[in-house]
Amino acid sequence: MKTNDVILQTMTNVVLFIVLIFSIFIFFNGHHEPGGGFIGGLMTSSALVLLLLSYDLETVKKVLPIDFKIVTAIGLLVAVGTGMGSFLFDAPFLSQTYDYFTFPVLGELELATALLFDIGVYLVVIGITLTIIQTIGEDK
Amino acid sequence: MSVNEISSWIVGIIVLIGAILSLVSAVGLVRLPDIYTRSHAATKAATLSVMLVLLGTFLFFAVIEDLVSARILLGIVFVFITAPVGGHLISRAAYHSGVSLWDRSTQDQLHAKKKKHGSS
Repeated sequence: MKTNDVILQTMTNVVLFIVLIFSIFIFFNGHHEPGGGFIGGLMTSSALVLLLLSYDLETVKKVLPIDFKIVTAIGLLVAVGTGMGSFLFDAPFLSQTYDYFTFPVLGELELATALLFDIGVYLVVIGITLTIIQTIGEDK
Repeated sequence: MSVNEISSWIVGIIVLIGAILSLVSAVGLVRLPDIYTRSHAATKAATLSVMLVLLGTFLFFAVIEDLVSARILLGIVFVFITAPVGGHLISRAAYHSGVSLWDRSTQDQLHAKKKKHGSS
């Protein structure tokens, strides 16, 4: 008897977007409230793991044709790049700053360079988690 | 009574009902005979109790502390969607791995269907 996963798959299609949006919210929230790159990356990868649980590995690879080892490398490059970027302004390695900018729709926002470093952490966490899980999950 | 006093009563009652329902579902987990009746108790009562406690928290922060938290609303929706599906998957996995029903239960329509199709 072929298994019928329609309830799980329909729930995944709805819940996946809630988890992804919440992970991005947690990621941007990290400067002033609990959250940040690590927990945001873990939550994004848990959404992708939910996708892996309810569909199979080939379907997920077709939907997301990403090599997650490259994602890890890009994340490390971004993190090191933001550290090196402070050399351009005659500052020590990894020094950071912030300022207030006004945007047309969003109003005044505080933008910090620590966010760029957090993007690196986010990508590394997603890349490493999904590389581990996909490597273990493969049959061969 | 002022608005704050009335709303704190309502919040207290909602949270208390949620806690009592959670206790009821825990008692059901201990007392009920097989996995299907247990998942019946654990899924429904626990889901409603968690939703009521979250609703009480949301009302407390919205009315008394003046802080509307969309995260709690999202949590209510999330628990309402996912907890019954989790219960469904656990019962289905139990059935397909051959956990027997309570010896006094009378209906098992899936059993006949599985016999007809043969395998697994």
